[in-house]
Amino acid sequence: MEQLAKRNQWVCAIHPLVKLFLTVFYIVLAVSFSKYQLAGLLCMLVYPLFVFQLAELSFFGALKRLRIVLPLVCLVGIFNPFFDREIVMWAGPVGISGGVLSMLTLMLKAVFTVLASYLLIATTAMEELCHALSLLHVPKIFIVELMLIYRYLTVLLKEAGRVTDAYRLRAPGQKGIAFKAWGPLLGQLLLRSYDRAEGIYQSMCLRGFKGQFYSARKGGFRRADFVYLLAFTTVLSVLRFLPVAEIVGRLVL
Amino acid sequence: MHMADALVSPGVAGVMFACSGIAAGYSIYKVRLEQDQKKIPLMGIMGAFVFAAQMINFTIPGTGSSGHICGGMMLSAVLGPYAGFLTMIGVLLIQGLFFADGGLLALGCNVWNMAFYGCFVGALLIWRPMMRKGATKGRITLASVLGCVLTLQMGAFSVCVETFISGISELPFGAFLAAMQPIHLAIGLVEGLVTAAVLCFLSEARPEVLWGVNHEGEKEGRLSFKNTLIVLAVAAALTGGILALFASAYPDGLEWSMEKVAGTAELEAAGGVYESAAKIQETAAFLPDYALKGSESPIGTSISGIVGALLVVALCVACCFAFRFFRRKELQ
Repeated sequence: MEQLAKRNQWVCAIHPLVKLFLTVFYIVLAVSFSKYQLAGLLCMLVYPLFVFQLAELSFFGALKRLRIVLPLVCLVGIFNPFFDREIVMWAGPVGISGGVLSMLTLMLKAVFTVLASYLLIATTAMEELCHALSLLHVPKIFIVELMLIYRYLTVLLKEAGRVTDAYRLRAPGQKGIAFKAWGPLLGQLLLRSYDRAEGIYQSMCLRGFKGQFYSARKGGFRRADFVYLLAFTTVLSVLRFLPVAEIVGRLVL
Repeated sequence: MHMADALVSPGVAGVMFACSGIAAGYSIYKVRLEQDQKKIPLMGIMGAFVFAAQMINFTIPGTGSSGHICGGMMLSAVLGPYAGFLTMIGVLLIQGLFFADGGLLALGCNVWNMAFYGCFVGALLIWRPMMRKGATKGRITLASVLGCVLTLQMGAFSVCVETFISGISELPFGAFLAAMQPIHLAIGLVEGLVTAAVLCFLSEARPEVLWGVNHEGEKEGRLSFKNTLIVLAVAAALTGGILALFASAYPDGLEWSMEKVAGTAELEAAGGVYESAAKIQETAAFLPDYALKGSESPIGTSISGIVGALLVVALCVACCFAFRFFRRKELQ
């Protein structure tokens, strides 16, 4: 993700605040469609399609992120066709019930919102995102903490991996960590992390840390940022507030 | 228990953002009061530790399966409720953005469901009063198991309420609740046992690391263990009352579908709470529905609409391909 976000690419160079605003705006608009407004919601695919293309990202590569979200959403939506059986639409001779429609809408919303979040982090580095948050006056304590979590995430994940590997070598064929080892194993990892935090704090103090990190980003908003913001805000608003799908459909049918 | 963006309406998400924001603001104020610069790096590293701990699978005795922890209660027992709460927000934000577990819009809900209950209720109402007389293995285990079970139950209940008010699922509230609460009872129990094992280890290896533990000679606090039990009993009675209210208003899934098949209008009779919820949904709806004049369907979706939407998407795909074609040509 970090490598993707730090590419020399013009979407990555767009101001992080613009991308953050557009992402939230898009998610709010997408989830604001009512449960039967499948046609309107389908049109919202325009944003991820275009941004994937503009940012030169793989659309299908991002779809694997859905493996976490979709099962839960499916679990919630799968019951809709059983409880809402009223036919609300006819596709020729086939009647489509409200439950089927609301289930499809729910799943599409899940896909679109996950794709929008992916587009944000695949084009915006964590420091940039934190810079955007600081422009929104999010307290410094939280921003510093967020950056540290992100920075040490991989370090501690590797350490946890080493600990579990060592355990597996001593207990071959065992699924997970045995009950007796729960406390010492995780407790040792916690204490090591605690001591690491102490060392990190001392190193930060030696480098002049006074409660906040400073962003290296220079310059404010450029013309390209305004154009990008205006273009997508307009397109998304039109797709949300005007019945574009209905108009195009009537012209064709 | 992470809620996805698709599971909440903008109105519910906004309200939950406001509630979580107030709790976060208060936590920042309390952490600043401590004036402990060392705490900020500690919060960051402990947040990363939660991710690492979630990677480790623990064997659940007698089942042959395994699970992992959420870590809210454990964080609070080390960092305290305020710093723990802020750390959990960071963890949930990164989970939502980088792991697609949760989401930006549902962040307020997730913070409330997992961090608020775990840190504020678990640490302030359960952990601290129980540790007033010092930490023993029994007290730590009881506080951990009780804290994790209770806070996960509250979180699961909130998930049901938020989804129900958002109007996302057709599943009756009672049936949804009946599915969510028992699962989270089991999860809470396992999480409580893992938390207890770790905190017992810490109390033996490095007791000064634990937050809120009364060391010898310290003055006992205002809220005694007995008073805590009374508070918890009242909270349980209130929660039970609310649950009973919903349970009596809505039949379970099986009854509901039976009535649907039999053709009775039982569901309409339980309209009081439903109508109120519908009114809340109506007023909280961020954007109203739309429909063309003379549209074939009053719900705003028709076959012509869907055909139109598919055409718009196809047009976009064609534009993207054309864009890519010309760019490649330009590069060559």
